[in-house]
Amino acid sequence: MKDFIIPSRDMGTPAVKSDVIVNLTVDGIPVSVPSGTSVMRAAAVAGISVPKLCATDHVSAFGSCRLCVVQIDGMRGTPASCTTPVGEGMVVRTQTDEVAQIRKGVMELYISDHPLDCLTCAANGDCELQDMAGAVGLREVRYEPGQNHFAKRSAEGPNPEYRPKDQSNPYFTFDPAKCIVCSRCVRACEEVQGTFALTIEGRGFDSRVSAGMESDSFLSSDCVSCGACVQVCPTATLIENKVIEIGTPEHIVKTTCAYCGVGCSFDVHMRGEEVVRMVPSMDGKANRGHSCVKGRFAWGYATHQDRKLEPMIREKITDPWRVVSWDEALGFAADRLRKSQADHGRDSIGVITSSRCTNEETYLVQKLARAVFGNNNTDTCARVCHSPTGYGLKTAFGTSAGTHDFDSVEDTDLALVIGANPTDGHPVFGSRLRKRLRQGAGLIVIDPREIDLLSTPHMGDSMHLPLRPGTNVAVVTSLAHVIVAEKLYDEAFIREKCDWDEFLAYADFALDPKHSPEEVEKLSKVPADLIRKAARAYASAPRGSIYYGLGVTEHSQGSTTVMAIANLAMMCGNIGVPGTGVNPLRGQNNVQGSCDMGSFPHEYPGYRHVSDDATRELYQRVWGVELSPEPGLRIPNMFDEALAGRFRGLYCQGEDIVQSDPDTRHVTGALSAMDIVIVHDLFLNETSNYAHVFLPGSSFLEKDGTFTNAERRINLVNRAMTPKNGYEDWEVTQLLANRLGANWTYEHPREIMAEIALTTPSFANVTYDLLEREGSVQWPCNEAAPLGTPLMHIDGFVRGKGKFIHTEYVATEERTGARFPLLLTTGRILSQYNVGAQTRRTDNTAWHPEDILEIHPSDAENRGVRDGDWVRVASRSGDTSLRALITDRVAPGVVYTTFHHPTTQANVVTTDNSDWATNCPEFKVTAVQVSPSNGPSEWQEEYQSHSDQSRRILPTAAE
Amino acid sequence: MSLPASPVELTERIAEIIAAHKDREGPMLPILHDIQEEWGFVPEAAQPIIAEALGLTRAEVHGVVSFYHDFRDHPSGRHVLRLCRAEACQSMGADALAAQVQAALGLDWHETTPDGRLTLEPVFCLGLCACAPSAQMGDRLMGRATLAKVQRLVAGAGA
Repeated sequence: MKDFIIPSRDMGTPAVKSDVIVNLTVDGIPVSVPSGTSVMRAAAVAGISVPKLCATDHVSAFGSCRLCVVQIDGMRGTPASCTTPVGEGMVVRTQTDEVAQIRKGVMELYISDHPLDCLTCAANGDCELQDMAGAVGLREVRYEPGQNHFAKRSAEGPNPEYRPKDQSNPYFTFDPAKCIVCSRCVRACEEVQGTFALTIEGRGFDSRVSAGMESDSFLSSDCVSCGACVQVCPTATLIENKVIEIGTPEHIVKTTCAYCGVGCSFDVHMRGEEVVRMVPSMDGKANRGHSCVKGRFAWGYATHQDRKLEPMIREKITDPWRVVSWDEALGFAADRLRKSQADHGRDSIGVITSSRCTNEETYLVQKLARAVFGNNNTDTCARVCHSPTGYGLKTAFGTSAGTHDFDSVEDTDLALVIGANPTDGHPVFGSRLRKRLRQGAGLIVIDPREIDLLSTPHMGDSMHLPLRPGTNVAVVTSLAHVIVAEKLYDEAFIREKCDWDEFLAYADFALDPKHSPEEVEKLSKVPADLIRKAARAYASAPRGSIYYGLGVTEHSQGSTTVMAIANLAMMCGNIGVPGTGVNPLRGQNNVQGSCDMGSFPHEYPGYRHVSDDATRELYQRVWGVELSPEPGLRIPNMFDEALAGRFRGLYCQGEDIVQSDPDTRHVTGALSAMDIVIVHDLFLNETSNYAHVFLPGSSFLEKDGTFTNAERRINLVNRAMTPKNGYEDWEVTQLLANRLGANWTYEHPREIMAEIALTTPSFANVTYDLLEREGSVQWPCNEAAPLGTPLMHIDGFVRGKGKFIHTEYVATEERTGARFPLLLTTGRILSQYNVGAQTRRTDNTAWHPEDILEIHPSDAENRGVRDGDWVRVASRSGDTSLRALITDRVAPGVVYTTFHHPTTQANVVTTDNSDWATNCPEFKVTAVQVSPSNGPSEWQEEYQSHSDQSRRILPTAAE
Repeated sequence: MSLPASPVELTERIAEIIAAHKDREGPMLPILHDIQEEWGFVPEAAQPIIAEALGLTRAEVHGVVSFYHDFRDHPSGRHVLRLCRAEACQSMGADALAAQVQAALGLDWHETTPDGRLTLEPVFCLGLCACAPSAQMGDRLMGRATLAKVQRLVAGAGA
């Protein structure tokens, strides 16, 4: 189903929020707009386009091109409509002889320094300069050819003003010859992205757009390739390489990005079945027209040659793969699954749902386990990331999700960011936060590493609490200690929305001297006065918000930290009002959705326990089968049971557990012990090295469905092209279920959503019709909130009273000692995503070709490690080798790396310690030793050879 | 007026200059002036250091440095002769004077004598329009400039 939607119109200047409405007439048409709106935007609201070049509604007005001049009764001269605010009773004329003359004169000047190669120009048909020349009726350019920026040579020789194209960025080209120096790109880089990588160098005729300094190219500059500059460029100066290669798109499909939990809305610009470019939607409520390098550019993996499009099977994991028909592959899979159950019992098989697939697909996979396998052995990768969020926030507030929408950041006075790296992990949210920081909001970062957010250009006050990995609970509880001791809490809020006695008990607990900043300094290495300052700043900010990430959850005390955070927000009354809240930044595009959809072994969709009779009976009625009331196995339990010989079969959709789960050798051992491992994925991933059946998956560009982002927003995913593998993923799950006798008859994901809405109270009102109409909705969306719920817990907590939970700090068992004196913590980088299966297959490798180990100069010197050296990182679990980067972004005693590349396999070193409540692995703390090495470790070489072996595919017989 | 031997020295000296001005309102221009004073130009390596210290980016610093013609990106000769080319001076024969001076010194605009003594620069208005055409050598300004007066100015400065 292709949605042809006319792209949203550029209103010229950004929307303004105001309660005061101003009335005016533009060309005789009455129009009412909020006070502070520009005349240009008011005209656009009235349906009138004022010619413009430097103005766009992505950035604030600049008033440099002088094309948008208008006449206003009672006002002298010809003011620029973009920089002139509306006034009550104003009478504006946008088309008079006088302004027509001025505009023609301005265009003539512009065109006098522009190459007139429109027919062969990449922006032909999509060029605002061209449009404006038409709009003002430009018919001649009276200036003689002279000094210019576009001709390579003149009669006298090479043109000193000419500069060649900058093609250093793999995704777009900068051609200074076509630049009109409107500075839209510079302003978008500053206002929208917040990177300030671009500038206008020189002055007058010498003015040019420059990335970084004289010696920089786009690639070497601070540019993060978000694409905002390309999006706003009115000419072909900054243009996507794909447009240069293919030409202009001819239709648009609206969809949702399949990378991180921000869930950006995109317009996919298509040419037939080929994607030309992805452009962020201005009406996207999560991203408001912005994007990052991943969503905007890194979608080439969908058509990468590595993608496997045919089903494959093999008897043993040491055999080469054999390409077979869908029928044979599904039959083989179904037989083995049933055989495992026959031989080892009903509970001997299970599923892992994907946080990258749609809600509908996830729903079907957990339904497969519950209704077809007859057990509750379903889990999802949220187990290894945000399961503590689900548990912690449900216990404290009553819902397993963040409290606010992303728009709320525009109202915050202080952001407390804990264990998250938004500018790399959630870049579009990072940009929105940076915008607020530039407006003066305060920032406190609690993270072992000095993240980029702390070097936001033009921001106000910031504090960094560089804690020792594993001491989150101690530090956050110590903040509470200060707030209680100095009576900075919000008594009225606590009395109204929480249980006062419970708070008093918590206050007593927090006041214990062991939670004092001085005591906590000893554990966490965070100076006591910094803890005090941070506590006072958060408590005294009128609207303080908390954003956190995996640096909070992936610990042995992940759930405890989430609860400590909830306590902090409640005691300061920072819930239920815009600009406040507790907001987990969720990792994957649909990790919220996969949790909502009942992927966990103990919960049906909507977080209802499997032992709850009413819910179970409801599903028994709808699904028409007996359901087990016993919670199933979590991922780590599946592995343990497999090694014990009791868990024999796994259907794993869209997740690479070998690479993403901790203690890789434990995982591969477990998979090797199974009779049937079915991998359903785009690529032969690391897990498929241990699989017997490979079912080719479809990318987000090839399917219909919905993703739910970190703000509980259900976004539509629309199919832009036919699945190259033949089926959307939900169809494959249905085929497998039907081979097992399920007799499912879904014809479109909207029917699956109807079943979800029918059976899940918080989704009761969600339909595709509603989503198509509204663009997106945030759950709960039901009778009480027919259009969804941007902010939760406004009039009280979902669970009734907010719950204060005592948060005792218990040190992780993972300790440093003589053998392993350093603490390894892991994270992400902007250009790569998760295990890198997608981003490694794009030009994003230009920024991050390999994982590197960040190490403090003093630790490096002690070990004789120089910048760029190969080092061996060893823990109690295993070892791997990678290159070192010496930097003081990490504290002494702490080393840091990413896990994007399978050749590094950072998770070989991580341990099987996990969160006490949810088994979320402790990725963020591993005691390690670092030593110089000569190259890849023995394990890496062994693994590589096994990997090569297990990816062999038998040639198909010639016909 | 030359770069220090090591990048470490450069960084340290720039840090001192920055520290002297950091708390002023609008510290960037005074910092750039001092750097130019120190080395005769603003080394590109200084730009990221200034950016980091002031909470800006190197692109922004480059934008400022390149906006002002007085900030140089490479060392000049020991003396700089500037001839005004703005409208008032042009109307009083500045272009002809410039041609004569260029021929006499054997220098084109922005060029430096091979011995590094003198650099010739155009300038757009020295504020001496009433006695155009005008010129400048170091701190000395000259009105109603002629080739002979300019040559004396150059000789007098020992350039």
